[in-house]
Amino acid sequence: MDSTQKQLREELLYDKTNNCVQCGYCLPVCPTYVAFGKETHSPRGRINLVKMVGEGRITNLSVLEEPFDYCLGCRACETACPTGVEYGAILEATRAAIVRRKRFTVPVRILRKSMLKKVFPSRKMMNLTGDAMWLYEKSGLKKALRTSGITKALPFHLGAFESIVPPPVSPAERKRAPGEVKARRAKQFTIAFFTGCIMDAMFHRINQLSIRLLSEAGCDVIVVQNQTCCGALHAHSGEMEEAKELAKRNIEAFEKVNADYIVNNAGGCGAMKVEYGHLLASEEEWAERAKAFSAKSKDISQILALCDLPPFNPREERVTYQRSCHMTNVQKVSKEPIDLLKRVPGIQFVEMDQAEMCCGSAGIYNIVHYDASMQILDEKMQHAKATDAAIIITTNPGCLLQMKLGVEREGLSQSVRVLHLIEYLAEAAGISVPDEN
Amino acid sequence: MRRKVLTAEHLTQIQAIVATGRVLTDESDLFSYSFDGSFGTYLPDAVVQTKSVDELAALVKLANREKIPVYPRGQSTSLSGGPLPVKGGMVFDLSVMNDVLEVYEEDLVAVVSPGVLTAAIHKAAEQRGLMYPPDPSSSHVSTIGGNLAENSGGPKGLKYGVTKDYVIGLEVITPEGEIIQTGGRTVKNVTGYDLTKLIVGSEGTLGIITKAILRLIPKPQQTATMMAIFDSLVDAGSAISKILSSGILPSKMELMDQASIVAVEQYEPLGLPTDAAALILIEMDGHPLALKAETEQAAALCQAVGAREVRIAKDKKEEAELWKARKLVSPAIVRIKPTKISEDATVPRSKIPQMCERLQEIRETYKIHLVVFGHAGDGNLHPNIICDKTDEEEMRRVEQAVTAIFKAAIELGGTLSGEHGIGTMKAPFMEMELGAAGLDMMRRIKHAWDPNEIMNPGKIFPVPGQKLELS
Repeated sequence: MDSTQKQLREELLYDKTNNCVQCGYCLPVCPTYVAFGKETHSPRGRINLVKMVGEGRITNLSVLEEPFDYCLGCRACETACPTGVEYGAILEATRAAIVRRKRFTVPVRILRKSMLKKVFPSRKMMNLTGDAMWLYEKSGLKKALRTSGITKALPFHLGAFESIVPPPVSPAERKRAPGEVKARRAKQFTIAFFTGCIMDAMFHRINQLSIRLLSEAGCDVIVVQNQTCCGALHAHSGEMEEAKELAKRNIEAFEKVNADYIVNNAGGCGAMKVEYGHLLASEEEWAERAKAFSAKSKDISQILALCDLPPFNPREERVTYQRSCHMTNVQKVSKEPIDLLKRVPGIQFVEMDQAEMCCGSAGIYNIVHYDASMQILDEKMQHAKATDAAIIITTNPGCLLQMKLGVEREGLSQSVRVLHLIEYLAEAAGISVPDEN
Repeated sequence: MRRKVLTAEHLTQIQAIVATGRVLTDESDLFSYSFDGSFGTYLPDAVVQTKSVDELAALVKLANREKIPVYPRGQSTSLSGGPLPVKGGMVFDLSVMNDVLEVYEEDLVAVVSPGVLTAAIHKAAEQRGLMYPPDPSSSHVSTIGGNLAENSGGPKGLKYGVTKDYVIGLEVITPEGEIIQTGGRTVKNVTGYDLTKLIVGSEGTLGIITKAILRLIPKPQQTATMMAIFDSLVDAGSAISKILSSGILPSKMELMDQASIVAVEQYEPLGLPTDAAALILIEMDGHPLALKAETEQAAALCQAVGAREVRIAKDKKEEAELWKARKLVSPAIVRIKPTKISEDATVPRSKIPQMCERLQEIRETYKIHLVVFGHAGDGNLHPNIICDKTDEEEMRRVEQAVTAIFKAAIELGGTLSGEHGIGTMKAPFMEMELGAAGLDMMRRIKHAWDPNEIMNPGKIFPVPGQKLELS
């Protein structure tokens, strides 16, 4: 083996592919295999392609581009895998190898550069995004553009998403958000709250509800200063160096407070945070600190499940839950959200068929692979509809938007609501924000 | 690199025939259909996906005329190389034919297309209080077409038999491109040769199964599970014989040797005794009252032959806990080393203790990491060799050990393969079991069906001088 081949093997984590015994147990749980119907879009197929590159049988890395590009990164295959193949690691390494060798088309390059490098990591930019959304709605621009049909002409099908984004928060309300909230009953934990970039810009109210609910449940909550984007979108797009930089900034920021847990409410961010330990394992100065950060990272449902909650008003309704893939398959949290829902009296919880299948949101997948994503979503909606639930619960912002889009596509906006778990629990407990008390 | 079998002209014709499906020829696609759950990478020239039996038959006619190899494939979970396109040509991805699954309760049959997952048949039958018993451990992934081609077994083989015992009719595309029906919808049928049974287990070398009529039986009311732990493998073996000769027929009887118990405990501690020589897991099914009596009797028999401990599950949850040990064997052993060679040599039940001893000797002679577990009740053990395929010296020893395992099984009156099939790897040992004349009769049947050798070539029959090679 020559040195470039050896280097390529290391770059692609070839050794990890040997743990795959090609049993195929990942096939039925892979949304892209099910939707596109060929092995090339399955985890086993993708891993084999990496093997073939490592063994010199495929010499042109671009052969791998489409199969890896279309992977949702939901990692349901890892949960199904009997031999513990680290698919996520192989996926990210391969994407990074492809990105290093690739020149993107101009619009994609601009999107990657501006969004990944400038916008998500910057609190200022994300606040501006939130403010712009507010302005867009309040100024009448939204209405004007909708009437004119311009939104339909946006690139990347962005027009399709325009109608489902949540009502924005005014700049004044955003500024009023507290930095620290005390427990409203006997104190159990001190929580360092991770706001997330998209959560905070687009779902600021869900963050505020999360903080309120935590305090009602007996937690002191600190909103840590100088925190930044978790880096998940970067890692999933093969921008590993950026992802590591963001991880380090977050570790430093959260080391400044002494909390029992670092808590967030977005399945995707939570998954990235529990992987900081892996991400920085080879950097001496950071490895231990990253591991400690990951060990403290929890989803809000895990914390609420440990606490006494404020009383819920009875709800006579059918509710189903679209799991967050990263929460299920990476954080390994799947029971707590359902247990919390079942604490609401009167609720009829119905699990949908193939609940563990991805909804097709997958970070920015639904933007860059719109058609594929809609194919996966439409499949998901058939199962969601079959439950006859009036409420679909989600635990991640991407899923929340995607399921709203699904409801809209099915023409069900009048009868089905899509809510984040926290919104639902807050509603059932009669909690709302902004809260003047 | 192998020369392409398909010419541009062929490809045009293939594309013209496949009007309702897809023909895949991209490099990424060809590599994705080049492997199965066993060894080796073989690129096809094209992969065809269509639900149309007529299109497939037309393709086979073309292939027969032009001598293009054809390989039927399900989800490629095969452990013996069944779907590998070893001589190039066309792979037919039959997993796309997954839309026929009809259960006829009054006839106690199910009619299925080949791409239906076996687990989907289990589910459909159960919803009507019926059962399709063959239960290979891959049934949630593997297609019924693949199960039929390989005559798959599973733990329930002990009481209920294997795939072939539940197939009463087939629709098959012959290697000459004709569509024929074999058998029918009745359990009794002696009209002519039993071509159904010939096709089942022929590993796709005699034709392409495009539809099957399966026999269903009433679903047993309840199950009971127990685990018996032994200080010697021989005691475990006698417990198995004692139970089976006492008038009790369990639905499953699974054995784990010490190496597999240790591997599982290191992987995920379940509280299994790592100093025990073996354990057996027994599942019984039937009427609740019968189950109660039989469980007590089986427990007493185990204790009488020296079981150190017998655990009986009190409910479904405890049943699942006991079975977890067996389920974790496969994931646990691949943590030791990455390459797993899963054999399925099978011996008459009474010879299980001897086979276990022979395996012990083989482990020591060739200094290999050998783990033994499997369906002890029907003599179908799974000696698994855990190795590293990048270690050439080790792989040579593994090849010798595998040969010795086959030899031991045959000497004890058993067979090379209980349920995985011959495929590519075991072909060199066929004559050892069948004799020259026996193998020749099989060759003649193959030739009569497939005169141009286009249907899944390179499987079952060894080429002169073929040897086992694992790297």
